Amino acid sequence: MPITYTSGEQVEVYRFSIPVTLGVPLIALFVQAFVPLRFPWFAVYFDLPLLVTIFFAMARRSPIAGLLTGAFIGLAQDMLGHNPIGLYGISKTVVGYGASSLGVKLDVENAGARFLITLGFYLVHSAVYFTVARALVNMSLSWSWWHGVWGGLANAALGTFLYFALDKFKQRT
Amino acid sequence: MESVLGRYRNLIILVGVLFLQVLGLAMQVKRGSDTQDTRLIRIWAVGALSPFERSLVWVRNGSGNIFHNYIYLRGVRAENRELKQQIEQMRLQQVRLSEDAAQAHRLQSLLAFKEQFVSKTVAAQVIGSSGSDLSRVVYIDKGENVGIRRDMPVITAEGIVGKVLMVYPSVSQVLLINDQTSGVGAILDKSRLQGVLRGGATGEVMLERVMSDEQVAAGDIVLTSGGDRIFPKGLPVGTVSKVSNGKDLFLNIKIKPAANLSKLEEVLVLVEKQERQAVAEEKRVRASDILSQRLPSVPEKPPQAQAATPGTSAAIAAGASSAAKPKSPAAMSGSNAPTAKTPASAVASPVPGVAQKAPPQAVTAPRPKISVTSTSLSSPATRQPAIVEDKPLTPPVQPATQPSPNDNDPH
Repeated sequence: MPITYTSGEQVEVYRFSIPVTLGVPLIALFVQAFVPLRFPWFAVYFDLPLLVTIFFAMARRSPIAGLLTGAFIGLAQDMLGHNPIGLYGISKTVVGYGASSLGVKLDVENAGARFLITLGFYLVHSAVYFTVARALVNMSLSWSWWHGVWGGLANAALGTFLYFALDKFKQRT
Repeated sequence: MESVLGRYRNLIILVGVLFLQVLGLAMQVKRGSDTQDTRLIRIWAVGALSPFERSLVWVRNGSGNIFHNYIYLRGVRAENRELKQQIEQMRLQQVRLSEDAAQAHRLQSLLAFKEQFVSKTVAAQVIGSSGSDLSRVVYIDKGENVGIRRDMPVITAEGIVGKVLMVYPSVSQVLLINDQTSGVGAILDKSRLQGVLRGGATGEVMLERVMSDEQVAAGDIVLTSGGDRIFPKGLPVGTVSKVSNGKDLFLNIKIKPAANLSKLEEVLVLVEKQERQAVAEEKRVRASDILSQRLPSVPEKPPQAQAATPGTSAAIAAGASSAAKPKSPAAMSGSNAPTAKTPASAVASPVPGVAQKAPPQAVTAPRPKISVTSTSLSSPATRQPAIVEDKPLTPPVQPATQPSPNDNDPH
């Protein structure tokens, strides 16, 4: 039975086993790196490591755990590319912190809330990445609202299903 | 104080983690774009993921091979793969030959002209990508162990793919030509205009640094220019798909890559290039020779009459018949090609390319020029007599089939 919470006092914090904590982000990174070889549009619109970051951050409801989760997943994602390490790390750190902080205060168990949260954090993630890449690394990126909105909707739709699948791994503290 | 720290603990940790990452970024930016500095860190992620990727590719290929080789069409798949490999090799050879031919017409008078040749390639399988459209790189399943080094060019049979950016023991990272940070020296095949090939923000490939007053049309073929010192000259890059006026007096030229960059499976890494000098064996073409060819001349003697002259038609016939026979690859290499043994025919046509404009009947005759052309890959001069060998096989030259002055123009 799904549990919903409407107040901070009733919020339940979840934890995950070590294999899940390590394995799910690793699988997400693997899928993100492998699937675009067959379906190039996947890398353009989907960001599985971001969805995993949001899920863990919201489920743990601890800002520190959330930001550290985001930092590690983001840095690992940076290592697969050739851009300077830290671009995804900083973006996902901010997202992890924000998602976990939001998870403490809001009901993040129903599909509608998850859809909107994912859409919002996708845009936040893109904005932070864009800012850091332009301001610190001097990369020539161009902001595209079209890409941001469509990417956000695509990730939100995928995330809604993915979160329900990952809910199976939750363990109550 | 403690209460402040406790109250803002999360925020302080967030700022601390962000600060550390910004610091790391700043250090990387300060040291330049050389990703070798972070090699040790990156190898962790690559090392963690590449075994899974490699296994998945292996399983996928293995299961596919079982189905196709033993269940669906036994043996046909293998044969097809072998033929494709041959086609790939022949396409590479063809590109080189056609580029050599064009080069010969333009640069006949130059001595000590250096050319680069692909002498060794390593086939590799694409096993992964960065997973981001902001970093267009792929990973291949070959690395330092097989001799791959940084900045080596990566190609397919269709065209260039990119260059090796990072090398690990058994995996390499390849920067694709449609990445924003890549740059390839390119040249338009027809107009010989040079430019720089760069990737755009959305993955398109653009040819930059071509002045807006130049004539570039959609469909023009783009080749590597060799100016980047990475790709050998003459490899196919793609075709011009769109041309528009850009800023700063340059054209916006969009290129459609010849290689399908979004669905790469197997690639070739050029691990060894050779550079050698083309020897100018023939004398320079003089203006008087060209003029004499354009002017009406005495028709050639019929074969019966030529037979009276020792060393002319007999030698030509012998050369033609021997050239018409299929030749083994060994026979086609080196300077023992029959081309150098046909001085009489060479004298008959001093201007290169004239004999190529033979009447249509010559098409049905044996074509020694094909076999002989592939004998001398580097020396354009040695090809000329071989091409001329077609001439005795054709009927006497009729005025209607005389090559036009424009055709004779070596330029």
